[in-house]
Amino acid sequence: MRQNSNNLTTRKFLIIGVFVAVGVAFLAKLFWLQVIDKKYVAMADNNALRYVTQYPARGKVYDRNGQLLVFNEAVYDLMVVPRQACKVDTLHPFDTVEFCRLLKISKESYIERMKKARKESYMKPTPFVTQVSKEDYAHVAEVLYRYPGFYFQTRTVRHYPQAIAAHTLGDIGEVSPNELEKDDYYKQGDYIGKSGIERSYEKELRGKKGLKVVMVDVHNREMGSFMDGELDRDPVAGKDIYLGLDAELQAYGELLMVGKIGSIVAIEPKTGQILAFVSSPTYDPNLLVGRERGAHYKELQQDPMKPLINRAISGTYPPGSTFKSVIGMIAMQSGSITPQTVFHCNGPGSLPIKCTHHHGSSPDFANAIMNSCNPYFYESFKATINNPKFGGVKKGYEYWKDMTYKLGLGHTFGTDIPYERPGNIPSREYYDKMYKDQWNAVTIRSLGIGQGEVLVTPLQLANIAALIANEGYYYPPHLIKCFGDSTAIPEVMTTKVNSGIEQRHVKVMKDGLRTVFSGPAGTARRYEMKDIPQCGKTGTAQNPHGNYHSNFIAFAPADNPKIALAVIIENGGYGATWAAPIASLMIEKYIRGYSVREDLEKRMMEGRITYKNER
Amino acid sequence: MINENDNRNKIIGKIDWVTVLIYFALAIIGWFSIFSAKYNELHPSIFDFSMEYGKQLIWIGAAVFIGFVILLIDAKFFNAFSLWIYIAVLIALFAVLVYGKATNGATSWINFGPIKFQPSEFAKMATALALAGYLDRLGVDLKKRRDRLVSYALILIPMVLVLMQNDTGSAIVFVSFIFVLYREGMPGAGFLMLCGVTAVLFFILTLLWGQKTMFIILGVLFVLALAFFFLTRKRGFIPMIAVFVFMFGFVFSVDYAFNNVLQDHQRSRIEVLLGMKDDPKGDGYNVHQSKIAIGSGGLTGKGFLQGTQTKYDFVPEQHTDFIFCTIGEEGGFMGTAVVVLLYVALLVRLIVLAERQRSTFSRVYGYGIAGILFVHVAINIGMTIGLMPVIGIPLPFLSYGGSSMLAFTIMLAIFVKQDANRLNIL
Repeated sequence: MRQNSNNLTTRKFLIIGVFVAVGVAFLAKLFWLQVIDKKYVAMADNNALRYVTQYPARGKVYDRNGQLLVFNEAVYDLMVVPRQACKVDTLHPFDTVEFCRLLKISKESYIERMKKARKESYMKPTPFVTQVSKEDYAHVAEVLYRYPGFYFQTRTVRHYPQAIAAHTLGDIGEVSPNELEKDDYYKQGDYIGKSGIERSYEKELRGKKGLKVVMVDVHNREMGSFMDGELDRDPVAGKDIYLGLDAELQAYGELLMVGKIGSIVAIEPKTGQILAFVSSPTYDPNLLVGRERGAHYKELQQDPMKPLINRAISGTYPPGSTFKSVIGMIAMQSGSITPQTVFHCNGPGSLPIKCTHHHGSSPDFANAIMNSCNPYFYESFKATINNPKFGGVKKGYEYWKDMTYKLGLGHTFGTDIPYERPGNIPSREYYDKMYKDQWNAVTIRSLGIGQGEVLVTPLQLANIAALIANEGYYYPPHLIKCFGDSTAIPEVMTTKVNSGIEQRHVKVMKDGLRTVFSGPAGTARRYEMKDIPQCGKTGTAQNPHGNYHSNFIAFAPADNPKIALAVIIENGGYGATWAAPIASLMIEKYIRGYSVREDLEKRMMEGRITYKNER
Repeated sequence: MINENDNRNKIIGKIDWVTVLIYFALAIIGWFSIFSAKYNELHPSIFDFSMEYGKQLIWIGAAVFIGFVILLIDAKFFNAFSLWIYIAVLIALFAVLVYGKATNGATSWINFGPIKFQPSEFAKMATALALAGYLDRLGVDLKKRRDRLVSYALILIPMVLVLMQNDTGSAIVFVSFIFVLYREGMPGAGFLMLCGVTAVLFFILTLLWGQKTMFIILGVLFVLALAFFFLTRKRGFIPMIAVFVFMFGFVFSVDYAFNNVLQDHQRSRIEVLLGMKDDPKGDGYNVHQSKIAIGSGGLTGKGFLQGTQTKYDFVPEQHTDFIFCTIGEEGGFMGTAVVVLLYVALLVRLIVLAERQRSTFSRVYGYGIAGILFVHVAINIGMTIGLMPVIGIPLPFLSYGGSSMLAFTIMLAIFVKQDANRLNIL
């Protein structure tokens, strides 16, 4: 038995022997594969794959009449794969000095860029020099075979033939780390819409990237496509976009606004499409393209006039007397006044708000609108929120505030305009807190004349003009007219919004706004045109920044409005001085195609109001 | 007499630290290799639990925890419950056949809520336990025919069930139990091993040289053998005839088996291995790329995270079955040699430990798991360097995967516990 057991114990040696033998065999084979046989090292290099992204053409942008606003220009990005670039190639010694000279960069810059690329990724291609010009490209491409690890990737940049509507069109720039995180479509160095419609229609404009997988050897020679192109994908071009913008009107508006700070927003009332979207001062959108983008951007950013801000949506202004249209309509809709209602006006001696215009002492609605009577609209506002049917001033105020919301104030439209600001219509709670629940119509009287806490954007103001032109409804204002491939635009932009004011009341307001031009005492009577009946309302808004803001809302022709707009000239003084004539010129330009009032046109274009008054 | 409580407290001092250290070394090498194989620039932390490397750390942590718990369980438990564990695993294998999910062609996964679980990984360990438990019984002797048949059944039942899941790789691992039977003195075990090796050799040679050549060679050998017997007049003439008849039959059936029994992918993998087919873009793609990855590593490797074959996804299944490529490419021969030596050291150590056991149960179990680990390592590394056909089984402790990590750790921990407890057995 013992003998037997000993016999068995020796069997372990055979088993251990098998284990060790296999281990030794593996080590021998590994030594052969890894140390002796050099062919695999070469094979691995042959294996280096290059993933070349095929960038699609970004969609072009046209105006409403098919005029080209944005198109693409080819530029070349020099890419580098650091691992391959570091290889010492005895056949072609790497001449860094020559390379730098061709690329027009310094040696320090070369080292810096290489360091950055290496940090980004050792294995994957990273942009080394972006947007190389056509001329430089031609020179470098010729000798590129001498520089392993480098290759060119074609890409397109935006070009703006008309150099208008910078804020509307927006710009594209390299994706930020944040954007990279959010959407895995993007890779480091890709471009993405940063503002304007480039941002809101990024998904449509960008198209779909393609991919080409090629094998390259250590000498940077392409060895053909990998797996017979099975992994390749063709790029899909982006969609073209037609904007509601009228390029000529836009250019004209920008010309009128030269030397002034402010904004013009013109809307086609029947569709809500924006015809002109001017923010002044503006800039040439071509500045934010190409290798100098960063420098130009910084310059614009540091400009004290803040040209990068789109005042049409992010400037929030007190509406001043243009707000009387809102006050009047809500007062009528709530049944608090009728067109026949008369309020007493004591002129400059009125309380609690004095009147700044001279007119008969007890105006009716039509007279009050024509003369922009402050006491009348304060009283209308008071009558609305104190209306007994609401049971208390606070409930009355809530009704009033809800109505302003329906009129498109105090909130954004959320269509296709990035960075829209909501403006401000204060909430009841705001006043409760501010006045410790002790407040009434007198406390918040400034609202009745469009001052105080109420703030609007030029876009919202233009929309008020549009909804009066439409006699009670509006389409949320938006930039797009249609896509090039006629796919439907988002529903929110084609959905009619009811303002909550009955047509008969809006009609009264419309007639009142007509008298601002046509009436004997109308505040804009000087800009009346016989053949184009215009409606409008001036506004002269006090503000903490200096002289009054000159405001105006208007639409025309009165019987079949084709254009509705708002003009705000910061520190321009009376509404009738700058905003009204500019609005009138815009109307004439759009409807007639040119202006017959050459003197007025010249005066407006040459006017300079870029100083800030101390009051 | 040492009481059980003292025993528990002293477990740390009694466990075999060589085994445990090799285990940790392999697990950590595996973790870093998975990190390198699946490295994603957007998730550069090795602790990122949304990535495979983070998950592997969780698996290692869970495995170590369970391993620790096993060290605290009474050593007798595993002997006492070996049959029940075995039965439970058989039921799980049945369940997989009925409810299982297919991954890479093999139906071996079963879902427990969010956790996917692969019973075949545990079947090997359960079989080792059951065999150890059975051979440990009083009166059981492999010299008896009945006991031999029971032993065969214990091994073959789970093996067939795994085979039915189309998991050929895991089924082949059960062949490793021949080592146990050989060590435990089963008559004919050595002969069986010899036959196996000869059969494989004949199989390969027939495929390479063709039937006719093999018949001629066998014929010449037969004539020589006949001459030998006539001249020496030794006994054993009849068995010699039988062996030759069998060999002729085997060679005759190789072509048929190769073309009709094996599945297409298995056939082409063998053809690639034997160089009968050169198809680096098709069936030979994996092995070709794997050899390039390992071969391009050189003596010292390309450095951690610097492997290009890895990063560009040249080698499929880089983090699971082909994890050895990453080590070869980035660690070079130094890296692969360390890993191979660690495995050989572990296997030899397990045999040494098994031999010092006082109970049959512990010894059989030790041999069982050494065999299982050996087959895994031999097939996996062999396939990545072109010495074995492509068979999809994980590299123990290194490959990515929860089931295999847990199963191998538990398997090893049970043996470490048995070993620590060996002096308590009279």
